[in-house]
Amino acid sequence: MTWLGHFNYWIFVVLMMIGLYIVISRGNLVKKIVGLNVFQTSVFLLYISMGKIWDGTAPIVTDALMDGRPVAYSNPVPHVLILTAIVVGVATTALGLAFVVRIKESYGTIEEDEIQHMDEEAFLARSEHLGGQP
Amino acid sequence: MTLAIHYPALQVVLPLLAAPLCSLMRGRDFAWAFATLVSWLAFGIAVALLFAVRADGAISYHLGGWEPPWGIEYRVDALGSYLLAIVTLISAVSLSFARLSVAREVRQDQHALFYTMWLLCLAGMLGIAITGDAFNIFVFLEVSSLSTYALVAMGGGGDRRALTAAYQYLVLGTIGATFILIGIGLIYMMTGTLNILDMSERLPAVADTRTIRVAAGFLTIGIALKLALFPLHVWLPNAYTYAPNAVSAFIAGTSTKVSLYLLLRFSLTVFGPTFSFGKLPLNEILAVLAVAAFLIFSALAILQENVKRLLAYSSIAQVGYMVLGISFASVTGLTAGIVHLFNHALIKTGLFLCVACVAYRIGSVRITAMAGLGRQMPFTMFAFVLGGFGLIGVPLTAGFVTKWYLIMAALEAGTSLGLVAAGLVLVSSLLAVIYVWKVVESAYFRPAPAGSPPVREAPLALLVPTWALILASIYFGIDTRISVGVARDAAVALLGGIS
Repeated sequence: MTWLGHFNYWIFVVLMMIGLYIVISRGNLVKKIVGLNVFQTSVFLLYISMGKIWDGTAPIVTDALMDGRPVAYSNPVPHVLILTAIVVGVATTALGLAFVVRIKESYGTIEEDEIQHMDEEAFLARSEHLGGQP
Repeated sequence: MTLAIHYPALQVVLPLLAAPLCSLMRGRDFAWAFATLVSWLAFGIAVALLFAVRADGAISYHLGGWEPPWGIEYRVDALGSYLLAIVTLISAVSLSFARLSVAREVRQDQHALFYTMWLLCLAGMLGIAITGDAFNIFVFLEVSSLSTYALVAMGGGGDRRALTAAYQYLVLGTIGATFILIGIGLIYMMTGTLNILDMSERLPAVADTRTIRVAAGFLTIGIALKLALFPLHVWLPNAYTYAPNAVSAFIAGTSTKVSLYLLLRFSLTVFGPTFSFGKLPLNEILAVLAVAAFLIFSALAILQENVKRLLAYSSIAQVGYMVLGISFASVTGLTAGIVHLFNHALIKTGLFLCVACVAYRIGSVRITAMAGLGRQMPFTMFAFVLGGFGLIGVPLTAGFVTKWYLIMAALEAGTSLGLVAAGLVLVSSLLAVIYVWKVVESAYFRPAPAGSPPVREAPLALLVPTWALILASIYFGIDTRISVGVARDAAVALLGGIS
């Protein structure tokens, strides 16, 4: 059952697909941001999984090491890396939501197809206006 | 000179530290003057680094004195220093241009923050070009991307579509960056290192694993999204069209160039030509997408009524030329791709600045609105014509140099696919004649609409930076010693597998 032993990687893949699917399929701008978050979180899982080993401990001098027994260490580097990526994810979410607020203020909606419809109508209205000129 | 050894760190730290200072600046034009000064200083450092690398080879700078591969290394090689010079030059010139243009398009109380974002974006792009650490690339990529999204959205004061363009760019850009993050993570799993040189040494031993192949896939797609390589270009036209004019000029000359650098760095330095072009059919995939990009988007550019959108479509096509050069996987091909980084940055930023001059005077960037401008704004429109020649690739312009090397590379390769690609480059150039002609026809051969108010030539503060870039694009079409020389050095280093 080796594939079960890698279950955290399976969760990574499933979460990534769910996240991407939400981004692609939903028309609501806030839901898209939620999907983006799920997608980014899945990558956190990937990095955290790769650093952790079974019964591994933090890379510090322990009693076991002093007694001369073998000690397994988890790799802390991926965990530190992903802290940075989490911060980046928070910043992206904040900026994305700020855009949604501004879009809501100027369009009055956060549904993608309604926004598109409004843009198209504005475009048609303008070309008719231009067409009326000599 | 003791300061000179710290130039690699200063290159990034200077704009990075200047950015928060800039946000505190109040008063008319103070933030602009500060940002412009910092940007020109950064250009000075980049030129110093470029010549240092030309003279003594790659520079390795250990941050905090930690030896690579444990510590983070800044590594300036031929390709990196070339890119540093391009990005800082474009930033400095467009900032010099920006004062009047931004004053009109962005609210006064947001100016300090606008220039802060600009400096952050610059710092991020310089960081990508200089760092020798793969994870650092992701962090700098996000620094530059997040600030670019904000800069694009600043156009929302005049046109609300800038907001949806910025939002779309944010979603797609984040997906691209996260793909790159996954790719870097997978390589780290197999090699246990983040230092790019160390990675390239350890990769061949594990190259035949599925993990590495998947990593190559994620990285290539993530970078292609950032690069706006067809068919992952959707974010680009809206972002370029609705961003403030000075920002369009800046990102048109830099952001896709930095992404192309990443493509070169990962596919050639990290994975190496034997893996990317031998075990994986990356060159064939890139060639097909590149040809599709320049054919489709040169044709679509003809249909555009908005000059900024026309130039954006032409940008996607020009990315195609660069990628086609890479796909030949030969020194000449890579030289063509790399030299086009520089040439296209000059030409396209110059053209966007011309359009910004027009927008400054008539408040519109539609082709129909430009009727009669050839007489009313002779200097601006003549600059546009010269820049347009560059896009087409008329001899004595920088665009010709690129196409010359592209076609040489195709003939060198001698494959039927290469020859077909060379023929299609010529077709695409003819399409470029049509879309440039559309603007020229409107400006020179249509009378100004009756009863419209007289238009004056753009002010000197706008004309000087515009002409500086346009003349540079002509100069580098004639004297190619530096531009092609450095590009060839970079190409040789990349194909040799050492950077």
